[in-house]
Amino acid sequence: MFKPGKKIEFKSAKEIPLTPMSLGDMTHNYTGSWRNLRPEIDYDRCIDCMICWKFCPEPAIFIENDRPKIDYYFCKGCGICVQECPVKCIAFEEEGK
Amino acid sequence: MKKVLMGNHAISYGATLSRVQVIAAYPITPQTQVVELLSEIVANGELDAEFIKVESEHSAMAACIGASAAGARAFTATSSQGLLLMHEVLHWASRARLPIVMANINRAISPGWTIWTDQNDSLSQRDTGWMQIYTADNQEVLDSIIIGYKVAEKVSIPLMIVLDAFVLSHTYEPVDVPDQEKIDKFLPPYKPKIKLDPEDPHAFGGLTAPNIYMEFQYNHQQAMMEAKKIINEVGKEYGDITGRYYQNLSPYKVDDAEYVVITTGTISKTTNIVVDKLRDSGVKIGNLRIRTLRPFPSEEIYEQLKGKKKVFVIDRNISFGNTGIFFQEVKASLYNTDIRVPIFGFVTGLGGRDVTPELIEEIVNIGIKNEKPEEEVIWMGVKK
Ligand code: SF4
Ligand code: SF4
Repeated sequence: MFKPGKKIEFKSAKEIPLTPMSLGDMTHNYTGSWRNLRPEIDYDRCIDCMICWKFCPEPAIFIENDRPKIDYYFCKGCGICVQECPVKCIAFEEEGK
Repeated sequence: MKKVLMGNHAISYGATLSRVQVIAAYPITPQTQVVELLSEIVANGELDAEFIKVESEHSAMAACIGASAAGARAFTATSSQGLLLMHEVLHWASRARLPIVMANINRAISPGWTIWTDQNDSLSQRDTGWMQIYTADNQEVLDSIIIGYKVAEKVSIPLMIVLDAFVLSHTYEPVDVPDQEKIDKFLPPYKPKIKLDPEDPHAFGGLTAPNIYMEFQYNHQQAMMEAKKIINEVGKEYGDITGRYYQNLSPYKVDDAEYVVITTGTISKTTNIVVDKLRDSGVKIGNLRIRTLRPFPSEEIYEQLKGKKKVFVIDRNISFGNTGIFFQEVKASLYNTDIRVPIFGFVTGLGGRDVTPELIEEIVNIGIKNEKPEEEVIWMGVKK
């Protein structure tokens, strides 16, 4: 269903769209590089309630085999999932550590 | 069908005939009966539209932006402080190039708290990138909403229809409500040039770097300039089916006039009476009503004022620290032309104070008597 997006490179007023808009979707825009802190799920303690999936604003959490999974290409490291997890099983680690 | 309508309801009928699909409005003061009647029309099933009640005028315009971006014909109405609260999203609507049409009832700005007319609310939105049309009777109000959609959708720029509070908004006049069939032919369903569509996803309004931001502004300006022509064309097309023609300017006895009064809104209707009276006593005077403020019809104004002796601009607004705003606009548009006549700027009627034929006659007499204006702003009818 999704058309792969492209980075926009326009040269003149004649070739731009009516309003600033992406060509296709934004999947090329890896916002994961904005992240300073990295959420990591401890699957042994996770109860699969999917509250993190509901709260992630990006949304960078998807469900795979009935378990939550973080897509680090898009996770911006906002920490909402860390805050909302009812069993506190998401750790927030500094990137690069 | 002829109906006796207040200006507010003329707007509601105009929106209904335009078959708007989404109406978003804040229902409390300074709102008027515009959306009250529309909500009834929607609830009765006479108009197939979503009526969204929102918590502020800012949200009303935001909802219209969403609706229009999703491909719907969207409408809202507001007034005074409500319009001011919309200011930020007005810019968004126009730069997103969404052909929303809204009605603004010209009410003065508080404090002191007021519900009477003057133009400072809409003129504060002059540079938001919207088209603005100033109307002078309830028939024109209804017709302008319908014409407005056609123009807005052609040039992809939102359009604001402006009318005087109380003098039009709450005053009843006979209004011809055209047949729906006729309007359907004139104004077919909205076909968006771009829209939000899950099948064809795009992100709108994203980060736009300096290397391309300016080009969007340039295109917006080009479309605005194009709109000068489109407003006249669509106005003529509408006239051909209804007998009522609307253009950027509405001149009255200007052709052979030596003196021209420049007016907007309902003051112009009163001025016509004064023109007739003065003509009877031999004064060669005419009245040029400006309907379109944005885009500003400079070339047409030049044509109308060529060869005239003096020009008197009546403003129902004030740009504090300078002058009336239409006065500035007219002067600026003529500066690079060969027209070199005295232009007088009068400010009057603020906060709904009556602008009577006697007052307009006094204005004309001051203009005729004095070689050139003694003050940049001549206040009329103020208890100094
Ligand atoms: S840190 Fe924020 S963006 Fe990343 S997965 Fe958690 S909620 Fe989503
Ligand atoms: S909120 Fe916590 S417990 Fe619930 S699914 Fe997410 S990680 Fe697991």
